[in-house]
Amino acid sequence: MQPFIDQIISECEILQGLPLWFSYLIFQLIFCGIIFVFVAVFAMLAGYAERRVAGRIQSRIGPNRVGPQGILQSLADGIKVFLKEDIIPTHADHILFRLAPYFIFIGMFLSFVAIPFSSQWVIADLDIGIFYLLAVESLVVIGIVMSGWASNNKWSLLGGMRSAAQIVSYEVPVALTILLVVMYSGTMSIQGIIMAQGAAPWNWNIFQTPFLFVAFFPLFMGSLAEGNRMPFDMPEAESELVSGYNTEYSGFRFVIFFFAEFSNLYLIGALATVLFFGGWQAGPLPDFVNGLLGIETPLSAAIVKNLVELCVFMFKSLCLVFIVIQLRWTLPRVRVDQLMNICWKYLVPVAFFNLVVMGIWMVVVPEYVTDIVALCMTACGVLLLGYFFYRVAWQLKNTKARLRFNPLS
Amino acid sequence: MTESNQPEKVFKTEEMVLNMGPQHPSTHGVLRFELTTDGEVMTKAVPDIGYLHRGIEKLAETVGYVGFMPYTDRIDYVSAMTANQGYAMAVEKLAGIEVTRRAELLRCTASELNRISSHLVGVGSFGLDMGASTPFVHALRERETINDLLESLCGARLTYNYVRIGGVSHDLPTGFIDKAMVFLNHFEPIVGELNRLLSDNKIFIERLANIGVISKEDAINYGLVGPNLRGSGVKFDVRRDEPYSVYPELDFNIPVGLGKAGTLGDCFDRYYVRVEEMRESAKIVRQCLLKLKDLPEGDIMGKVPRKIKPPKGEVLVKVESSRGEMAYWIVSDGSDNPLRLHCRTGSFTSMGIIEKLSRGMMIADLVALIGSFDIVAPEVDR
Amino acid sequence: MNEKDIITLIKTQFASAKLEWVEAPSGDNYLVVPSEALRDVVKYIKETEALYFDYLVNLSAFDATEHIEVTYHFYSYTHRHKLVLKVKAVRLNGEVPTITDLYGTANFQEREVFDLLGVRFASHPNLARILLPPDFKGHPLLKDYQEEAQYNGIETTRASLL
Repeated sequence: MQPFIDQIISECEILQGLPLWFSYLIFQLIFCGIIFVFVAVFAMLAGYAERRVAGRIQSRIGPNRVGPQGILQSLADGIKVFLKEDIIPTHADHILFRLAPYFIFIGMFLSFVAIPFSSQWVIADLDIGIFYLLAVESLVVIGIVMSGWASNNKWSLLGGMRSAAQIVSYEVPVALTILLVVMYSGTMSIQGIIMAQGAAPWNWNIFQTPFLFVAFFPLFMGSLAEGNRMPFDMPEAESELVSGYNTEYSGFRFVIFFFAEFSNLYLIGALATVLFFGGWQAGPLPDFVNGLLGIETPLSAAIVKNLVELCVFMFKSLCLVFIVIQLRWTLPRVRVDQLMNICWKYLVPVAFFNLVVMGIWMVVVPEYVTDIVALCMTACGVLLLGYFFYRVAWQLKNTKARLRFNPLS
Repeated sequence: MTESNQPEKVFKTEEMVLNMGPQHPSTHGVLRFELTTDGEVMTKAVPDIGYLHRGIEKLAETVGYVGFMPYTDRIDYVSAMTANQGYAMAVEKLAGIEVTRRAELLRCTASELNRISSHLVGVGSFGLDMGASTPFVHALRERETINDLLESLCGARLTYNYVRIGGVSHDLPTGFIDKAMVFLNHFEPIVGELNRLLSDNKIFIERLANIGVISKEDAINYGLVGPNLRGSGVKFDVRRDEPYSVYPELDFNIPVGLGKAGTLGDCFDRYYVRVEEMRESAKIVRQCLLKLKDLPEGDIMGKVPRKIKPPKGEVLVKVESSRGEMAYWIVSDGSDNPLRLHCRTGSFTSMGIIEKLSRGMMIADLVALIGSFDIVAPEVDR
Repeated sequence: MNEKDIITLIKTQFASAKLEWVEAPSGDNYLVVPSEALRDVVKYIKETEALYFDYLVNLSAFDATEHIEVTYHFYSYTHRHKLVLKVKAVRLNGEVPTITDLYGTANFQEREVFDLLGVRFASHPNLARILLPPDFKGHPLLKDYQEEAQYNGIETTRASLL
């Protein structure tokens, strides 16, 4: 962030009159505000997108009444929920009950401090950014256990307990995988990890070695589990635990849970993009766009560059978010002991094996072999994607599925 | 687990008594279970039923034979047609009323269509219990079409009151056979698609395999009926083994559980029997429609006396409802009203085995177990 | 095996007990068993290979004003034959032996009969009300059942609105 603020200050004469620390403070506050708005808007839009995608998957329409194509549906829901009575059960632990949503939201929001949006737009590029991310996300568990306990409801308590067990367990494979990427990139800074990769797919971490490719899955599944998303949404399994830890919450407090859940959706996508898909790396694209627009001044050029990178990053993250949403609406839920089995019997050994073998690979295999492997893996990846789309087309053709079918009309 | 294995218990853990229901998403209506759990593992689950008891059997003693027909819809609203048919058959047997062939074919068509729609609800909501919400919506989409068909047949979408003592209330509307054929052509591949979406899903199979295993002997001893019984490998279907209506002339298979996913008689077997049964029902409907096409127009009501007064005596008639064998026991004292009417339903008997099976299960497994029985709460309580 | 053979077999086995075979002019025929012999008869028909009635279709009862007729419908999946047994119980808390240990399904059905008709099943493991609330008074399927004016302080009748 600092270079970008410096650039603005050098361009703007009014700011040069002010003390440097004051400008920094002002700008950081502004950016924090922007992030806050981003989180809120993203949660709203993700809620809307999820319902539309679900509608499509379930051969119905989804919300389409509020605003054009129903895009303001989340806003309407938000207003409705704000008008609801804020109920705190009589026998609940009042202090903890009120406190829990904030823990969850703060844990979620603090993560956004370290998540970059482009090469210069990041609130704080910490040297131990990825470590910080892991640490801060754990705050969410405390919030969930707190809400489960404080509700004084046995179902909520079960939800909270499940969640604690699940998130703590799944942090192990996630951390091991992150360690693998850190080892490969040689840095713990999130920007550093992105910069160690490149814009082209064969420069992405996921296609570097087979082990990094395999390592993507423990990370992705782990973050699904940490975000309580299907098929790992044990804590709020509605057919078993009614609604889990947030059963007793209503009104604004419930909205906070909702916000946290959907902003976490973005975190899942962003984390995978940062670690495996080259982050905001856009290669020659920003220069090309600048040339196209004929932009001369360094500040405007920097803004355009950052915007292009932002778009690239968002595109990658949102693709992953889309996959997460699709998973939720297609898969059944696993059972709580199966969930633990998947983690401890499969993901942890796989992640650990990857870590060890990758270390050996880095020492033994010369660089040009790695480059060739990366190219081959990219080709395989493209083929796999092509096969996937072929299968989809084949299925559509084979089932002759029509979206709206009414034999009686 | 037991105390004797751990003579010195360092940490004393208390068992938790959980109240599941009467309002709970996975109890399929208003059921209550008292769970005694040790964490996620249950030591027992005691069903507490009666929240939907409407005294239908008492009502039967006051409303007369014809007047009771709409109440049978309410015994099992998901599969009202078979409940209608069973009652009509019982009274016909008691009073010696003949039913015309056309009426029998119509009854059979309507019942089998209703069986498909009921199984669609069962299969779909079972998916919902397992956390897969999409198959449910797809299943209900198909059910809507069946509802449309049955609505064109009798004017009601859920509580049909279509079968009458001695026949049925309406003949086929124009174009019904063609419409139903179009639906069947559309529906038969849909079962395969549902399988691809749900039954072949690895997570789904893992959730159900080896859960709630009921042996053949237990299934018979606890009076499980219909798909639940066949899921345990007993090849018994009232439609084939004690044939009624036009079923003897129809060609259909009786799907039984094969232990495809794990053990014979587990939740997956019971579920899969239903999926297969939808195919068989579609086959039956097709045959019935073809027979109806060839049949000349005729009476849809047999000769029914104005006032139905069956002679003194009692009769038990079994009918294969969507939830299995449904037994109507009617005792007549020769007057206008039955002396006693009892309806033994499949859901009621399957509630009895839950306490036995629940020992050592997890809470999520209980949800699977209840779902695999395809329990409809009003049918339990009547 | 047809009905006649089944009855002959049972009657020869239980010659001393007073079994009464009733051939109804219409509907099902049935065998009336005295309540003290019921358990033996049921055990016999369940365990004899020739009969092997493994499935209790229905266990119900009705109020025949002078007594309550508890009726058992048995079916055999192996032999595909059926049998109807009847036990005459005294009205108001008449006792009938339980067959829960022989047929698992009898448990709930006996509870239902107890709940609605007040027949006591001796040594039933948990003879509690099943369909009606535990604080309910009376057994509504009895012919002389009078609904209480109030249930937990709630009026059970109301004036006609017309």
